Amino acid sequence: MKYEAVIGAEVHAELATETKLFCGCPTTFGAPPNTQTCPVCLGMPGVLPVMNRKAFECALKIALALNCRVDEITSFDRKNYYYPDLPKNYQISQNHRNLGREGYLDIVVDGALKRVNIWNVHLEEDAGKLVHPESSSDSGTLVDLNRTGTPLLEIVSAPDMRNTAEVEAFMKTLRNILLYTGVSDCKMQEGRLRFEPSISLRPVGEQTLGARVEVKNVGSITAVVKAVEYEIERQTKALESGEKLPQETRLWDDRLSRTASMRRKETSADYRYFPEPDLVEVRISEEWQAKVRGTLPELPVAKRLRFQKSFGLGDYEAAVLTDDKSFADYYEACLAIGGASPKAIANWMINDVLRHLNEQRIEMAQFPCAPARVAALAGLVEKGTIGLGTAREVFAEMVAADRDPAEIVKSKGLAQISDESFILEVVNRVLAANAKSVADYKAGKSAAFNALIGPVMRETKGKANPQVVRQLLEKRLAES
Amino acid sequence: MSLTRKEVEWIAHLARLELTEEMAEKMAGQLSQVLDYIAKLDAADTAGVEPMSHSGSLCNVFREDVPSPSLEREAALRNAPEQSAGYFRVPRVIE
Repeated sequence: MKYEAVIGAEVHAELATETKLFCGCPTTFGAPPNTQTCPVCLGMPGVLPVMNRKAFECALKIALALNCRVDEITSFDRKNYYYPDLPKNYQISQNHRNLGREGYLDIVVDGALKRVNIWNVHLEEDAGKLVHPESSSDSGTLVDLNRTGTPLLEIVSAPDMRNTAEVEAFMKTLRNILLYTGVSDCKMQEGRLRFEPSISLRPVGEQTLGARVEVKNVGSITAVVKAVEYEIERQTKALESGEKLPQETRLWDDRLSRTASMRRKETSADYRYFPEPDLVEVRISEEWQAKVRGTLPELPVAKRLRFQKSFGLGDYEAAVLTDDKSFADYYEACLAIGGASPKAIANWMINDVLRHLNEQRIEMAQFPCAPARVAALAGLVEKGTIGLGTAREVFAEMVAADRDPAEIVKSKGLAQISDESFILEVVNRVLAANAKSVADYKAGKSAAFNALIGPVMRETKGKANPQVVRQLLEKRLAES
Repeated sequence: MSLTRKEVEWIAHLARLELTEEMAEKMAGQLSQVLDYIAKLDAADTAGVEPMSHSGSLCNVFREDVPSPSLEREAALRNAPEQSAGYFRVPRVIE
């Protein structure tokens, strides 16, 4: 029997606010344990939570960016469970009236648009961090409550994905939306963005869903893709051998590249959700919604499609250019300056600027040169002032000292020579001095042609326009 | 409406309460009475009534995203039965 994978995702993103969701404690990552707590986030009796306006607006922004229905009234609920990372013994979350519902995210897979529905978007508080010491002298668990109460956005997708390529595109697109809108810094290695895929299998053509396996503890996009791949394979094997799969939560082990069963999924009724009496409702007026909608930037997929259409770029080029908003902005700034075609500038961005950023491990904002420099360099090549090889040297010099490429070309005398009479003189000299290669070429050895180009380029210190050199060589060889 | 012993034990488990058999028996009776009392609400006609999540009429209470001082760590940990190296220490939990 052939099986089809049905994949959904639960996504948690810590919002980039200065303070926690319900108190003024800072949210700085990496602070010494338990130095960012107060009676509110410690769950002391008698305290009252007060909602962070910025956190709420960030959540609203994402609900709108994901095309959700936003009702006029949204409210908060208590999700009750006992675990030491949660000092109140309940998490303030949303269950009955989520901020956003029934939205969708369009992703691009193999050049085609695919829609992944979003079930809901809601705001909640993060839990603390548990440390289980390895040493045999400490048999306990250590609790750091710095993270407790950090604003957390939860996004739940419908099980609309069918393979790892779609899962990867979903994650990258969603991450880009969070980055583009500035609501989260999305540092997965710091746990600020977490993807938890759930995977089930069913025979192709079957409508009912199989037993859902939720995978936790996946720390990067690559790990999620590997975990989903692993689960599809594991579940396929199990089903093929006639096993019945339980609905469960499994933990990803990155070192061993496999998942292991965690515990049977408790039913959601066990959380005993009820309306949070310490928080009042939030009413979202049309005006407020419109105002927040107005702050949304052009979103990644829209930008990518526009780049393809307006600048004549391929899907790959447009995807790379729009992967990071500041990178895309830089590219557009180059285009605004002009002097070279969008395609030529795109190539410089993708090949050279991006490589420089990766090699130096810096962000676009730290790139030493203004867009005018990159546009000018692309223009110099496109106009034939310098060849591509020389241009790469100029690029290195340009980023090293933030110098104008035209000035580098001028001061170093790098400009390409296209003057035919000058090149012809050199060609004649080279032909006279390399009688053997000429004879070989005439005898049908086409490789001898390259043996003649070499000396011409050497004599002109690599500055002769190679196209002109070829043309003149061919012409002279045909004449003689 | 009467709760079974099993249901009472489950509720006690969720609340992390240990009940003696005697207490569980007593609770089953008392909780059933509470539920019966609450069930009177079923008689109310709620057709067309919006669900209410708060008894107050206030809404949209926010604070600005401005940090305020946190507690000193010593103060935060003061009431903890056990602590270690700046952490709260609890019996080991294994996921």
